[in-house]
Amino acid sequence: MADDASWFGVPTPRIDGVAKVTGAARYGSDEPIAHPAFAYLVTSSISRGRIADMKLERAREVPGVLDILHHGNVGSQAKPPPSMTGDKATNTLETDRIEHDGQIIAVVVAETFEAAREAAHKVQVDYAVELPSASFDSSGVTAEPKKQKENPKVGDAASALAGAEVKIDAHYSTPTQHHNPIELFTTTCIWDGPKLTIYEPSQFMWGLKAAVAKQLDMDPANIRTVSRFVGGAFGSRGGTTSRTAWIAIAARRLGRPVKLVATRSQGFTIATYRAETRQHVQLAASRDGKLVALSHEGWEVTSRPSGYNVGGVDTTARMYACPNIATAVNVVHADRNTPGFMRAPAETPYMFALESGMDELAYALNMDPVALRLVNDTQTDPVSGLPFSSRSLTACYDQAAERFGWSRRDHKPGSMRDGDWLIGWGCATACYPTNIAPCAIRLSVTPDGRATVQMAAHEIGTGAYTTIGLTVARALGLKLNDVVVMLGDSDLPPVPVAGGSNNTASTLNVAAKACEQVRDRLAAAAVADHESVFTGADPKGLRLSDGMLVGDNRHEPLAKALGRVTGGALEIHAENVPEGLPPTAIGSLYKGTATMLRGGSRKDVTTYAFGAHFVEVRVNSRTREIRTPRVVSAFAAGNIVNPTTAHSQFMGGVIWGLSSALHEATEVDPKTARYVNNNLADYMVPVNADVPEIDIIMVPEKDERVNPLGVKGIGEIGIVGMNAAVANAVFHATGKRVRDLPIRIEKLI
Amino acid sequence: MRPFAYETAADVASASRFGREAGQGQTDAPTQFLAGGTTLIDLMKLDVLRPQRLVDINPLVARHSEIEVGPDGLRIGALAKMSAVAAHPEVLATYPALAQSLQLAASPQLRNMATLGGNVLQRTRCTYYRDPSWTACNKRQPGSGCAALEGVNRNHAVLGVDENCIAQYPGDLGVALIALGAEVELGGAAGARRIPFAELHRPAGKPHVETTLKSGELITAFRVPAGPWTRRSLYLKVRDRASYEFAIASAAVALDMDGEVVRQARIGLGGLAYRPWRAEAAEASLKGKPLTEETAEAAAREALSGAITHGHNAYKPELGRRTMVRALLAAKTMEA
Repeated sequence: MADDASWFGVPTPRIDGVAKVTGAARYGSDEPIAHPAFAYLVTSSISRGRIADMKLERAREVPGVLDILHHGNVGSQAKPPPSMTGDKATNTLETDRIEHDGQIIAVVVAETFEAAREAAHKVQVDYAVELPSASFDSSGVTAEPKKQKENPKVGDAASALAGAEVKIDAHYSTPTQHHNPIELFTTTCIWDGPKLTIYEPSQFMWGLKAAVAKQLDMDPANIRTVSRFVGGAFGSRGGTTSRTAWIAIAARRLGRPVKLVATRSQGFTIATYRAETRQHVQLAASRDGKLVALSHEGWEVTSRPSGYNVGGVDTTARMYACPNIATAVNVVHADRNTPGFMRAPAETPYMFALESGMDELAYALNMDPVALRLVNDTQTDPVSGLPFSSRSLTACYDQAAERFGWSRRDHKPGSMRDGDWLIGWGCATACYPTNIAPCAIRLSVTPDGRATVQMAAHEIGTGAYTTIGLTVARALGLKLNDVVVMLGDSDLPPVPVAGGSNNTASTLNVAAKACEQVRDRLAAAAVADHESVFTGADPKGLRLSDGMLVGDNRHEPLAKALGRVTGGALEIHAENVPEGLPPTAIGSLYKGTATMLRGGSRKDVTTYAFGAHFVEVRVNSRTREIRTPRVVSAFAAGNIVNPTTAHSQFMGGVIWGLSSALHEATEVDPKTARYVNNNLADYMVPVNADVPEIDIIMVPEKDERVNPLGVKGIGEIGIVGMNAAVANAVFHATGKRVRDLPIRIEKLI
Repeated sequence: MRPFAYETAADVASASRFGREAGQGQTDAPTQFLAGGTTLIDLMKLDVLRPQRLVDINPLVARHSEIEVGPDGLRIGALAKMSAVAAHPEVLATYPALAQSLQLAASPQLRNMATLGGNVLQRTRCTYYRDPSWTACNKRQPGSGCAALEGVNRNHAVLGVDENCIAQYPGDLGVALIALGAEVELGGAAGARRIPFAELHRPAGKPHVETTLKSGELITAFRVPAGPWTRRSLYLKVRDRASYEFAIASAAVALDMDGEVVRQARIGLGGLAYRPWRAEAAEASLKGKPLTEETAEAAAREALSGAITHGHNAYKPELGRRTMVRALLAAKTMEA
C-alpha cells in the first residue's frame, strides 16, 4: 500500500456536486420513463382490526383510473418482504388484518397522479375495529426480554452497586422519531418480458433485488435495481419495504411502467422509524471517580410480529473502564409498524442515557464532567479484554475543551448568566463501532490514462462518488478527473448495505485491492520485459504515480506499461472479504445478505471511533426557550479520506443531535395508536436559525489494525452523545435534570 | 384534491356575487376565495377542504393592497402581502407590534405570498383537523366529536375553549390587531360595512363556523387607530424553534405610560386561545398602577384565570403568564 499520508486528507469538492445542485443528478423518480401510470397508496386509518368492506365504486368512477389493487384481487401474489433482522414483517395487501396505523391496504393506479390521489381519497373502507395498544403504558402490550444475543456482563454489578461509595440511579426515555429523508419513498417499476427494473432510493441495491425476487418468486437475475443518487436515507432505505412488490405487480397487471411517489405522511408508516425507549442506568464509583459498576437496562417498542430492537448496551458497556457490568434489553410489542435502523440506531438513544448518567455521577462526585470521562478512559475493551485498535477519546476531549474554553466554566448549576438568559455548558462522549463488510468492484484502466470504477455502491449524500474516485486516483497515480465512478446499479458488482457506517471502509479497501492488482500486473510485465527500463527490477518496488509506472529511479508512461499487458483495457474484478469473516461471506453478498464484521465482535481487537461534544445552551429565565449558540466537537476516526465531505458528515450529525435533544418526536395518539404529527410542519427539526456555530475538529489518528487503509466510518458518530451534551448543558444552566427527550419549554417551566 | 371550478373576480362586487350563495364563515363553504393560497391550497391537497369553486381575488390587488399611514392611524388593504407590511418603514416605526407579528410569522417565502386578509382567516393547525382520516372533528364534521380532547394536545388552546373544540387560533397578526383595537372593512353584496376586529372571529360553540362574515363578504381593509400606545408596542412570540414555528404562547403589548404609571395597557394573547384574544381584565388591572414585576404578574394571573387545560397543554397557563410578564416588562423599557 502506498504511503497513506499522500493518499488521504486533501479537501476535495464532490465530483457529483455540480450535477446535484443543477438538477442533473437523477434520483429514483427523476428517471425519464415512457408513458408511465401513477400509483397512490390507500393506507389504513385504524391500527388494529380488519377490513370488513372496501367500497371502490366512487374511486373507479374518477376519470383516468386504471386499476385498484387490494387484498381481494392481488393479495396472494406477493409475500411480505424478508426483514434484515430475520423477523416477521407486518402485512399489507396479503391479508385483511390491520396491524398498524397507515398500513398499505390498496394501491390506486391512474393516468395522472392527481386522478390517482382523488380516487384514493374516495375509497371507502369499513373496519371491524379492535382496541389498539399505542406504546409502553397502553393496556394490551406484551413485553419480553431480548433473546437474540448475549448482553454484555462482567463481574458482579449488583454487589458492586450495593457497596459503592458514590452512585446514581436514574431512568431515561427517548421518543419515537422518523428519518424523514427529503426524497420521498418512491418506486418505479418497468417490465420488459420477464425482466423487471426497479428505480427506488435504496441503501442496499443487491439486497432489494434479492428481497423482491423472493417476494415475487422470481430469479434475481431478472431483476435490476437502480439508485444512482439517494436524497437522504439514514437507515430508512436499508431494508426492503412492502410497497416495491405491489408496484411491480401493478406494472405487470397494466403492462405499463408504474410510478409511485408516496406522500410525506405515508412515509411515517410504510417504512421504519426509531422506536421510543425507556432506560434504567445505575453507575457507581469510588471517590476518585473511577467506575466500579455500570448497569444499563433498556426497553424498546416494536410491532406485534417483530422482535426488532437496537440493544445499545453493546456499546455503552464498552465506553469506560469498569470491572462490574450488567446489561439487559427488553422489547414491548404494540400495534405499531416495525421500527428499524435510524442513524446510529443503538447509540443515539442508549448513549443519551449513559452520558446523562455520567454527568449526574460527576455532580454526585463534585467532579468536573470532563475529568470523570478522562479518569475512566481505557485502551482495553472492558467487556472482552481485547485492546481497542485505536482509541483517542482523551485527545478529543483535550482538543475540544481547549477550543471551547471549558476551563472558564463554573461547575455550579445556574451560575452562569447573560442578562435574561441562563447559560449552561455541557459535554458528552461520542462513539461508533467501526464495521466493515465484504465488497466487490470492477475496475478498468485504458491506455489514455483513464480508469473506470463500477460497483453497486450507494450515494446517500455522504460523498461516496468522491471518496471512491479519490482512492482509485491516488492508487493508480491518476488525476481525479480521469477516474469515472459508476455507482447505484445492481448490474454492477455487489456492495454491502450502506448501514452501520461500513461503506467507506468496505468500498475503499476493495478499491485499493483492485488497484493493487492493476499495479501487480503492470509491474510483473515490466520487469519481465527485456526491452523495458525496469528489466530485472523488483516488481514490489514499482508504483503508479503521476501517470507513470515509477521505481528504482526509473519511470515510463502508464500507456506503455499497460501496452505490455493489453492493447485495449485492463479490467479487474476484485472482491474483498475482511479478515475475520468466513470466506463464504462474499457468496452471501451476491445473494443479497451483507455479513458485517462488527467493531465489538472481532477476535483480535475492538474497533470504535470516538469523539467529544461541547455545547453552550441559553435558556430564557422567564419563558424557558432553549437556544444553542455554539458547539465544538472533536472526532478521531482513523484516516480521513476527504475532509470536505467528512466535515459535512460530522456537522450534519451534530445538528441531528441537537434536533434529537430539543426538537424531534413523533407523537402517538394514545387511544388510537396513530401518528399525529406526520408531516414536516408538525414534526419539528431545526431550521437554519436553530443551527449554531459548529466547530468540528478532526483529531489525527493512525490505526494500522482496524483495516488495511486505516479508515473508520464517520456517517453516524456525529449524532451520538450530542443529545446528552445538550441535556447536561441544560442542567448546568437551570439546575433541572431532564431525563426525557426532547427537552422542551414545558419541562423547564 | 378534488376537481373544482376556477373563476377570477375583477372587483369586490363580482367576487361577492360568486360567493353569496354559501356560508362564507363556514369552514367548508362550497365557494372559497383564493388570495395567497398558503392555507387553502394546502388544505385542499390534504382533502380537508373540498370547495366546488375557487374565486381568485388576486385581480383586486391593485385597488386593495395600499398601506396608508395618517394622523388617525393606519389603513392597509386586505390584499397587501405580509412581507410588504412588515417592511414598511412607518409601520416599523409607529406600530412595531404589528410589524413584528408579521416578521415572526411563517417563512419569507410564505410572507411573500400570503395576504393580510387571508392571514387573519388562517385555519387552525390542529393536527386532528388537518387530516380527514381522523373521524372526530367538530370543525370538519359538525357533531362528530373532538379527537384532541384526549389526544395529543400540547399545542392546543386553553382560553375560550369548550368541549366542542380546543383548536388554537394559530396567527400572529391577529394578536397584534386585537391588542391595537383594529377594525375590519368588509365589502359584499349588501354593501360595505366596518366591524371591530374583535368581532370577526366567533367565540366557541360552533367550531365549523369561524367568523361573522356574511355570505359573499370579503375583507377589504384593516384600520388600526393611532394612539399614544402604538410606538411603545411589541410582539413577543415564544416557540421551541428559533424560527418558522407557530407560537406556543405569544403576547402583543402596547403601553401608554405616565412615567412608571400605566395610563393604558393593551394586551393581546396568541398561541393560547381559540380565537384572537384580548386580555381586557388584565389591562384594567394595570390601569393607573406602576408597571412592576408584581403588577405585571397580577395582570397575567388575571389574564389566564379562565384557562382550561387537557393534559399535554397543562403548562400553557403558566407559560402564558410568563410570556405576558416578559412582554410587559420589555415594552416598559421601550421609548415611546
